Amino acid sequence: MQTASVRARNSVLDLAAMSLREVNQLLHDTRDGDFLIRNPRGAHALACGLDGDLNVTIDGHVGYYCAGMNKTAHVTVNGNVGTGLAENMMSGRVHVTGDASQSAGATGCGGLLVIDGNASARCGIALRGLDIVVKGSVGHMSAFMAQAGRLVVLGDAGDGLGDSLYEARLFVRGSVKSLGADCVEKPLREEHRASLRALLDAAGVRDVDVAEFRRYGSARKLYHFHVDNAGQY
Amino acid sequence: MSANDPRAPMPPRYSATFDQHAIAEIHRAAATGIYDIRGFGAKRRLPHFDDLLFLGASISRYPLEGYRERCGTDVTLGARHAKKPVTLQIPITIAGMSFGSLSANAKEALGRGASIAGTSTTTGDGGMTAEERAHSKTLVYQVLPSRYGMEPDQLRKADAIEIVIGQGAKPGGGGMLLGQKISKRVADMRTLPEGIDQRSAARHPDWTGPDDLEIKIRELREITDWEKPIYVKVGAARPYYDTALAVKSGADVVVLDGMQGGTAATQDVFIEHVGIPTLAAIRPAVQALIDLDMHRKVQLIVSGGIRTGADVAKALALGADAVSIGTAALIALGDNDPRYEDEYRKLGTTAGAYDDWHEGRDPAGITTQDPELTKRLDPVAAGRRLANYLSVLALEAQTIARACGKSHLHNLEPEDLVALTVESAAMAQVPLAGTSWIPGKS
Repeated sequence: MQTASVRARNSVLDLAAMSLREVNQLLHDTRDGDFLIRNPRGAHALACGLDGDLNVTIDGHVGYYCAGMNKTAHVTVNGNVGTGLAENMMSGRVHVTGDASQSAGATGCGGLLVIDGNASARCGIALRGLDIVVKGSVGHMSAFMAQAGRLVVLGDAGDGLGDSLYEARLFVRGSVKSLGADCVEKPLREEHRASLRALLDAAGVRDVDVAEFRRYGSARKLYHFHVDNAGQY
Repeated sequence: MSANDPRAPMPPRYSATFDQHAIAEIHRAAATGIYDIRGFGAKRRLPHFDDLLFLGASISRYPLEGYRERCGTDVTLGARHAKKPVTLQIPITIAGMSFGSLSANAKEALGRGASIAGTSTTTGDGGMTAEERAHSKTLVYQVLPSRYGMEPDQLRKADAIEIVIGQGAKPGGGGMLLGQKISKRVADMRTLPEGIDQRSAARHPDWTGPDDLEIKIRELREITDWEKPIYVKVGAARPYYDTALAVKSGADVVVLDGMQGGTAATQDVFIEHVGIPTLAAIRPAVQALIDLDMHRKVQLIVSGGIRTGADVAKALALGADAVSIGTAALIALGDNDPRYEDEYRKLGTTAGAYDDWHEGRDPAGITTQDPELTKRLDPVAAGRRLANYLSVLALEAQTIARACGKSHLHNLEPEDLVALTVESAAMAQVPLAGTSWIPGKS
């Protein structure tokens, strides 16, 4: 096991030699520096609750809630991630080179989440301001009840995209299997293209024409409960 | 015309099935085409603590001297896993109620009253307000399905965390905060447009089932460095299995809310027809803890219809470690106060029956965001009223416990109780008064 004396900034943290608790506590206490985490072996709740000028790279696949509630830190996962990636993220940047399981970026409030592969169901559920860029496709019920922020999908979207959407903005380059209740296609105007271009630049996507995207948002017909809309629920 | 006159009119005969309320509800539904939404908890008559009695001391039991011999009331919550468990002076906590459903002054008053009494209060949908944190010595932070206002810094500022799976008034139901209560501040806290009807989700967005819950709890512990006790709150539905699964998932505390527990806004049909009474839920939950060798190790907080110190004592005697109050706390602040009778009449109701908490027109300034109405509630005076009420609950419970010979409220036990009805005897698993018969047991 590594001792406190080697727990300095810019360390390699080996989960084969340290416990999850020790790794997370070190990241919470240090609050800045560059760290490389090895042998994550599907660990849950890894690098969650970070708050500081941290650059954390995880080499390997991780389990649930990786980088959950992240603030300001930059977390990169060289692998696939389980459920609830960067859930309730507040700020900073989280980047996954592989695929993400369901509820990626759930209730995220701010920052940027980039997924190089695909994201499963409910990607961006109840989004509250986080920007998510998925280079592959997203599963069903993505952006369900999303309130604010942006979900950008370079591939396809599954059933029920944007169901019961509030003010989040959705951009999909591929096909959308179906839209959820109160989610409609909206014109992609120049201000949207400019905004999208900047977001894709931030996500490191530079070989895509933003004109290929379609924009979706809330029809705002369900903002006030009315019995005449009961059939839509 | 005499009584023997065949032409004498018969007195009107009302239906027990189609009673006055049922007929009025049919008329209301026919006129509006929409179900009735209201606040408060179940209003129908249910088996409850009133159906139990304490036996007190006799030849075989020694009482403690009232006003002289000590009867402890403290409780420690969350020592199973948390580095910093919560210790309260009385086993009566304030249940989760949101800023949004309640005014900022009401939240402040709850914090003030609870702190004076040495107990905790709890946040709700929309997150933590500065007022309630500042005025609550011990504050429990709810992690709700909606996650409105959820922030990691608030998690760290809390003294305990409560994952809400459901509540007694609506197990399996989400929430609705109507647009008239979505003020700019409420909307900003929830990242929603001002004035819309806000829907709170019924399901958590990032976990499903007890295996996921276990991982979710571990994440919350990791984020807070294993300092905070983690409660799991469920609506009373399948209390044996829900308690067992909460324990299996790693909960430090299980909060069990019966169908008399209040709500800010739910369909009347939901409140009155889903879930089970508090009395019916306690013994199965306690049995689950006993079967897992976790009774008194994982604490059980019971809520839903607690009104008096007798209710507190009965819940504890059945095996709970603490109780929680919501509706009673609002009443102590001034809800349904007869001094506002004229205004209740204008709202088509009367003091004691007012339950349109969702409409935001509360004359007492508690369940509203209207700036003028909220001014009516002085948080200092209302907090004092709540502290007084909490003190009375504790004193009443101590009075009963001493009469049963108990030096601590937690020493009360089912053997101190009998039931007045067969139903309550079966639910509470105590003998029918005057007999040794426990239905289903003997």
